[in-house]
Amino acid sequence: MSSSPSTISRTDPQSAEDFVSRPDYAEVSREVRPAPPRYRNEIGKYGIHRSSACIACGRCAEACPCGVHTRPDGYRLMVRPFDYRCIGPACAETDGYCVDACPQGALSLSENPAFKTIGDCRWTADLLVATWQMAETGRPPRPHLESEIGNSGGGFDRLRIRYPSSPPADLRREDISTELLLNRRNDARPKIKIDVPWYGGGMSFGSTSTNVLLGRARTAKAWNTLTCTGEGGYLDRLIPYKDHVITQVATGLFGVREETIQRAPVVEFKYAQGAKPGLGGHLLGDKNTPPVAAMREAVVGTSLFSPFPFHSIYSVEDHKKHLDWIEHVSPRALLSAKVSTPVDVDMVAVGSYYAGAHIVHLDGSYGGTGAAPNIAKKNIAMPIEYAIHRVHQFLVDEGIRDEITVIASGGLRTPADMAKAIALGADGVVVGTGELVAVGCIRCGNCESGRGCARGITTTDPELMQRTTIEWATQRLVNLYNAWRVMLVEILYRLGLDSVAALRGRTDLLEHLDYENNVEPNNA
Amino acid sequence: MPAKYHIHTEPAPPRVRPVGKLGIVDWREDCSSCHNCVKRDCVYGFYRDEADTLRDETGYLDYIYQCKGCLNCVQDCTKGILTRVVNPEYQRLGDAHYTPDIILSTWFQAESGRIPVSGAGYGGPFSGAGFDGMWTDMSEIVRPTRDGIHGREYISTSVDVGRKLAHLRFHDGELGVLPPPLIQSPLPVMFEAIPRHWQRGKVVTSICRAAAEIGLFSIVRSQDVPVELSVEQENIIPWLETAGAANNGALSAAMVMVGDGENVMAVQAALKDENADRIVGIRVPAGPEVKDRVLELTRQDAEVIHLVFGRNGRELGAARPRHMRQVLREVHTALVEDGTRDLVTLSASGGIALAEHMAKAVVCGADLVAIDVPLVLALECRLCGECQRDGVCPIALEDIEPRYATRRVINLLGAWHQQLVELLGAMGIREVRRLRGETGRCMFFEDLERETFGRLFGKRKEPDRAACAFATKP
Repeated sequence: MSSSPSTISRTDPQSAEDFVSRPDYAEVSREVRPAPPRYRNEIGKYGIHRSSACIACGRCAEACPCGVHTRPDGYRLMVRPFDYRCIGPACAETDGYCVDACPQGALSLSENPAFKTIGDCRWTADLLVATWQMAETGRPPRPHLESEIGNSGGGFDRLRIRYPSSPPADLRREDISTELLLNRRNDARPKIKIDVPWYGGGMSFGSTSTNVLLGRARTAKAWNTLTCTGEGGYLDRLIPYKDHVITQVATGLFGVREETIQRAPVVEFKYAQGAKPGLGGHLLGDKNTPPVAAMREAVVGTSLFSPFPFHSIYSVEDHKKHLDWIEHVSPRALLSAKVSTPVDVDMVAVGSYYAGAHIVHLDGSYGGTGAAPNIAKKNIAMPIEYAIHRVHQFLVDEGIRDEITVIASGGLRTPADMAKAIALGADGVVVGTGELVAVGCIRCGNCESGRGCARGITTTDPELMQRTTIEWATQRLVNLYNAWRVMLVEILYRLGLDSVAALRGRTDLLEHLDYENNVEPNNA
Repeated sequence: MPAKYHIHTEPAPPRVRPVGKLGIVDWREDCSSCHNCVKRDCVYGFYRDEADTLRDETGYLDYIYQCKGCLNCVQDCTKGILTRVVNPEYQRLGDAHYTPDIILSTWFQAESGRIPVSGAGYGGPFSGAGFDGMWTDMSEIVRPTRDGIHGREYISTSVDVGRKLAHLRFHDGELGVLPPPLIQSPLPVMFEAIPRHWQRGKVVTSICRAAAEIGLFSIVRSQDVPVELSVEQENIIPWLETAGAANNGALSAAMVMVGDGENVMAVQAALKDENADRIVGIRVPAGPEVKDRVLELTRQDAEVIHLVFGRNGRELGAARPRHMRQVLREVHTALVEDGTRDLVTLSASGGIALAEHMAKAVVCGADLVAIDVPLVLALECRLCGECQRDGVCPIALEDIEPRYATRRVINLLGAWHQQLVELLGAMGIREVRRLRGETGRCMFFEDLERETFGRLFGKRKEPDRAACAFATKP
């Protein structure tokens, strides 16, 4: 890369000092703006074919309310249909059906064959496309897409929210609070509140593209929530967003320094992660590029291991010493313990509480974004759906539930999942895959091979990284957060609750399709 | 520190064109010849190769068979004429138990010797029947050993096969009993006898050689033992289909197998008379009465009991056949309650398709398992069934080169070994012997459902799995 100063725009901050001295650069708006897909042919559920019989009369553009047909000013011909926006056969019931509107019969509607090949049981094609649409428009997706549940046959996908027949008349959507309090202890540390009950999971520099990481941090700032460094070190470019960036302390201790601890509002100890519970991390040599190696203070091109587990911790007492260490380094940081979901996950949570953690973050076995052995992803540790209620109930029984914040993650995809997790007993959730899907992930799973993600998301390859820009990633995520919040508020509104906090532990508002649901609720 | 058990793997690329899952199709007539797909979008270079082979048709069409499915070419095509499809040949692979995904995963492991790895979380069904309704445990802080980076470098995967003593007896300060013979298998897996229709060319020889190279044992019907095998004989477990077959030749086998029958203990005694150092395994079909039979045989001094399940890992001869998971737990528990579990070695075969099945069968109470179909899958078999109909094998199994076939099998077991170590490492268990029957380090779907959702939502309805297309995975 050329180092000539002339190639660097003066307006772009370059060094850490630049970022700190240019707070304006870090200002991000929460405003929803269109963030169209970065590919020419976005995948949608349906395809619209325009045959050569088209006379470019423009009736289709007049009819379609979804923006499938356009003809820019000054152009004679129609643009090829943006058929990913099409809502399908249901449109025939409306006045806007282009196929009927076309005087030449030149338009035909069909299912998109590529749509059938994307997705899986947990992230169905509908969920992927719905998330892309939320990221583009900032609004909840249209009803032709199933945007609440997947098709895994268990857990969240079989749980349903029980809505009362009508919400209270005096409840207004704009009065509903989605705030989440992170510090419930009676200590001198800040009572941090975030505006939405979710924050971003750890993704390390080295595994994920800088553009995506910065997009996530900027979005966290815009929405007054948090994102997490993962364990790859603290990028200087994240400093302007430092009040919204969690520093992760993981077993490799990459990038853990006094200043990165002191900068953070929350310090997260990663004991284990849902993608590979009980296994260490492994950054393949290909991804250890010069900047990554510099950040991790390692040799370029070597594979980097994050061992499992912390080699200094064999007990809750050791865990407490660990937390005490950070407590002394930073007087303001909240302490979070990220753990996976073993048989005794409830005991682990209680241990974290007694060690002094403000947040216990349960990472269930089906989530995760990073590359992991398939055998681990499928088989090790319990799904988060079981862990949340076990932990919640155990903390209630111990009389300490209101002194610790329980965060759930590992396979939460939609606001409906969030609501179910909170009703089962979590205070809030962490999201990861949903954010990557918003910036164009199709879950092909080839994150780790060769140069990394072919779609430029989880890669440090300079060429592939160019497939996303910071601004685009930011806007997609800002939009997604807006759509999620709208949907979550709608769920709370229909439930007649005025805050997310009021939903916590309300298992009486849930039912399970595989059960008779005849237990008398005792926690209403 | 003892030497580590290590399986050396080296790449063994496919001999025949592999079947891929995804492919790209297009309609050439509207192509604008921009070559975006070829020059820019395929980061894996597959499409470029395809364009080359159009002029020079050698090799197979990678863009159909090896597409990684990133959709870049589909989504960036100037005219939008590309689309992605699931390869119908892929969908036809295998059967309900050995699914296309399992077959592709086995091929990958046999080719590379590596653990299948992917990103983006787990995309499969929430749970399923049999072993898919089990999750293994992990520990936040416990490592199996303090050695190495992850503490799993010295995990032992070795098991003892044979009868063990309940206690020692001493006489005048000297050991007063003779310990029965034991053999050690460095992995809790044996190679099961391969059905006759797959015994083509050098298949049996190659599989036996693979077992010998990595210290495992292969069960072979006594009349099927290839004539060219001599050095490897110690690793062959001849399966004597008739009692008289015991004398056929100078097999120096450390262990033999016989079928269960009314006078099987007499057969065992005769075999022991002939050579007291030889272990005798009894093959018991896993039917509904298997628990009582195992108890009876154990009390009568059986050394190794080999439970034979159906090809899908289920009971034989039952109206509603239970999965190996339930049967093994029942048998193991009965032996524990009888106080005889440690005396006998229990192995199980049938339906073991993935490395995780090996670990889960051990959790359910087996000492070790035996595999057959995965060995043939490693040799690129597609389970098309042509050989059972006397048809032509599409991969010409009869022509397979023995060295290559041995390499593929070793690679597969190398990957399985690594995966077993991963599971043990996560559990904080440092040897697989301690995993046997250790259901406390495992979570069962029914238990988790009852303890969590049962408390909240009452009685679980009869499963209505048909309601969910994805959840019908066997």
